[in-house]
Amino acid sequence: MNDAALPRLQLRGITRRYGSVLANDGIDLTVMPGEIHALLGENGSGKSTLSRIICGLTRPDAGSIEWEGRDVAPLNPSRARALGIGMVFQHFALFESLTVAENIALSLQGSGREAELAARIKEVSTRYGLPLDPARLVASMSAGERQRVEIVRCLLQQPRLLILDEPTSVLSPAAIGVLFGALRQLAAEGLSILFISHKLDEVRALCARATVLRAGRVAGTPGPEAFDNASLLRLMLGAEPAACRLEPQSAGAPMLELEGYVLPSEDPFGIDLTDLSFAVHAGEIAGIAGISGHGQRELVAALAGETQRGQRGRLRIAGHDVTDLPVAARRAVGLALVPEERLGRGAVVSMSLAGNALLTGARHGLVRRGFIHHAATHAVAQRIISAFDVRTPGTRATAAQLSGGNLQKFIVGREIMLAPRVLVVAQPTWGVDVGAALRIRQSLIDLRTQGCGVLVISEDLEELFQICDRIAVIRDGRLSAFQSRAETSLQQIGQMMSAGAAVHA
Amino acid sequence: MPDWLPALERRPAPSSVMRMAAPLLAALAITLTALLAFAALDLSPWSGLYTFFISPIASAYGVGEWLLKATPLALCALGLSIAFRANVWNIGAEGQFTAGAITGGGVALYLAPQLGGAGVPVMLFAGIAGGMLWAAIPAWLRTRFNTSEILTSLMLVYVAQLLLAWLMHGHWQDPQGFNYPQSRAFDDALILPLLADGQRATSAVWMTALLALATWVLVRWSYAGYRMWVGGEAPAAARYAGFSEARSVWLGMLISGGAAGLAGIAEVAGPIGRLQTSISPGYGFAAIIVAFVGRLHPLGVVLAALLMSLLYLGGEAAQLELGLPAAVTGIFQGLLLFYLLAADVFTHYRLRRPPVARPA
Repeated sequence: MNDAALPRLQLRGITRRYGSVLANDGIDLTVMPGEIHALLGENGSGKSTLSRIICGLTRPDAGSIEWEGRDVAPLNPSRARALGIGMVFQHFALFESLTVAENIALSLQGSGREAELAARIKEVSTRYGLPLDPARLVASMSAGERQRVEIVRCLLQQPRLLILDEPTSVLSPAAIGVLFGALRQLAAEGLSILFISHKLDEVRALCARATVLRAGRVAGTPGPEAFDNASLLRLMLGAEPAACRLEPQSAGAPMLELEGYVLPSEDPFGIDLTDLSFAVHAGEIAGIAGISGHGQRELVAALAGETQRGQRGRLRIAGHDVTDLPVAARRAVGLALVPEERLGRGAVVSMSLAGNALLTGARHGLVRRGFIHHAATHAVAQRIISAFDVRTPGTRATAAQLSGGNLQKFIVGREIMLAPRVLVVAQPTWGVDVGAALRIRQSLIDLRTQGCGVLVISEDLEELFQICDRIAVIRDGRLSAFQSRAETSLQQIGQMMSAGAAVHA
Repeated sequence: MPDWLPALERRPAPSSVMRMAAPLLAALAITLTALLAFAALDLSPWSGLYTFFISPIASAYGVGEWLLKATPLALCALGLSIAFRANVWNIGAEGQFTAGAITGGGVALYLAPQLGGAGVPVMLFAGIAGGMLWAAIPAWLRTRFNTSEILTSLMLVYVAQLLLAWLMHGHWQDPQGFNYPQSRAFDDALILPLLADGQRATSAVWMTALLALATWVLVRWSYAGYRMWVGGEAPAAARYAGFSEARSVWLGMLISGGAAGLAGIAEVAGPIGRLQTSISPGYGFAAIIVAFVGRLHPLGVVLAALLMSLLYLGGEAAQLELGLPAAVTGIFQGLLLFYLLAADVFTHYRLRRPPVARPA
């Protein structure tokens, strides 16, 4: 390896402008062979644009790209792939109606026999501790499992630089450990990894050097000597944010009650919800932890009323038995809900923010006698934007134009504005930057103070321990008993989550 | 791809300017294609263009013909635009058009004489109901058995046409009609009044204007239209918000079927004046193109219907005066959609010149 001293990837002065916005402004980045390099920054700081430039998806307006000492600009996707650049995106690009093997076959250039490919998928995925069943339909997989498909798909192409965009946001602590183990193993084998994240603990656990972006510029490239949370945060934000505080408060009447609730899955690969009995009371935040794919999606769909076929048991919202009532009727008695998928479910991508405010707001004066009150929808959208600090050009901007964090603030804000008696939130801060995550968590706490019953379903344990009064674990469609936060610990909950981790392997 | 070629690059947001400009670009491309085609056929391009696009509407009678053909296109396409926005793919407007002509025509032949002054409205409503009924079959199959409405609505077109042919050769045939496959003429009182003397367009033009207005209100102002739109754009979001998919399918099919049925009865109670085996030169199919060229927007649909109608007239004129084959109409209609889809790429993408290598 006589080229070990040459950087695998070296960017100099990368600049990219979108309209009036400088997404990247003279960015330098160096990644050495076998290095796990962190790309840190808030959403909207230019990480995505930079990673798209490295993959050849976006062309820079200026700047040079060197690969192992050779100038390789301009890159296009096939050339980048030929060089050995692979990327796992935060929003997955998988066909839901195809199996794991079929999805992977689509992106591999060379053709091979299906059985051969399936064997390779099995082999690579188990070697790095990310087991996959090649015959499974992607539609039936959770976000965490889909990510595995994306990672394995990249690994099968024998990359020399792997870019991971917020890879841990869908994983349990145990699974993060597994992923990190796999990444360290890969790096030791000589693979360079660009690890895009805003989670400082993870960056510190995995990387020795980071490039921190702020507002499209490099704010610093701290090495091991300046790798503590405080200095990294200062680089990212320019200031240190305040932490959330949960004041003790006594809970009130039950707002959401399940009694012996059973829901068989309609999807052969789905999870059956089995014998769920719990209550969420007014003025408390209850949390449900669990590894993705253990029934969280099914639980959210059941609470929302989207799937009801074959259900047994009782489900009450604010004292009303809503077991057999449809979505709209459940919302009418005070249910609000933030789904896991922001794009296409929590919001209509192509629709304006005003239009998206109407999605769940019809009963709150936005519709009169069957006609839309457009001025009111804009007013409501504007209120959400200012109350939750959504960064957007205005209420006419489409949901697609917002960054993930800002869209999530908008959706959470919209549901909170409905003044619900029960709020169910799935993955409240999935892929959301630090500032926005704090804001979202604080708004959930405020809602608790106002006497709403909040149920948070999250795979982020630290988050649950920050904001929940009580925590339970969902595993294979069954729910453990809720334990008060004081009586349990991160380790204990983590163990309860992982005990069944092999269910889908 | 060579690097010197300009690359397509996704726009940060779809361009609203291009969304509006795409149909105009498509029309321009059609004109250029026509010029090239005429030149290749050794016809004078400019006089060919004149024959095709100008001469058909150079007289009051011509303008009447223009409106006459645009009316059924616009009626069908307005209904379809509502269904398409909701992701309900009614391909069978032609069949619903025929069904509306049959039910409305049946009323005109056998019931209306007893109804006196109520005859015309009853006949029109029977036409609408016939179209709705025909569209209800795919709607029911889709909501009950999850059948693709694309296939069922299309197949029902041929069922409706055969039903009409069967009636025209059988029970409803005019006994004094020299065995032509047609019914007796409708009573004069049932024929829709003309817009003006000396041309053939009827009061169906006003119905079209009303329907365009109603469509605009539905898509822009009504919550029902909003729910259908969400169902079309993001089915998961519609489920999340509690909007019923079945309701969307039923509404989309019934509205588009009813509009096509109205177009059908207005055609037979208008310029045709009786039922016969052939009542449409494919209005229901051409309306699919009209709906898309019109951007599924009511005003756009009306303009697109006028353009499409002009292509019909131009095609006829080209046959008569230039001796071109009848297929020329179909070619231009197909090209219009083709060019539109091509121009549409630039709504979401823009061309980016290859970057000039610059030192950092």
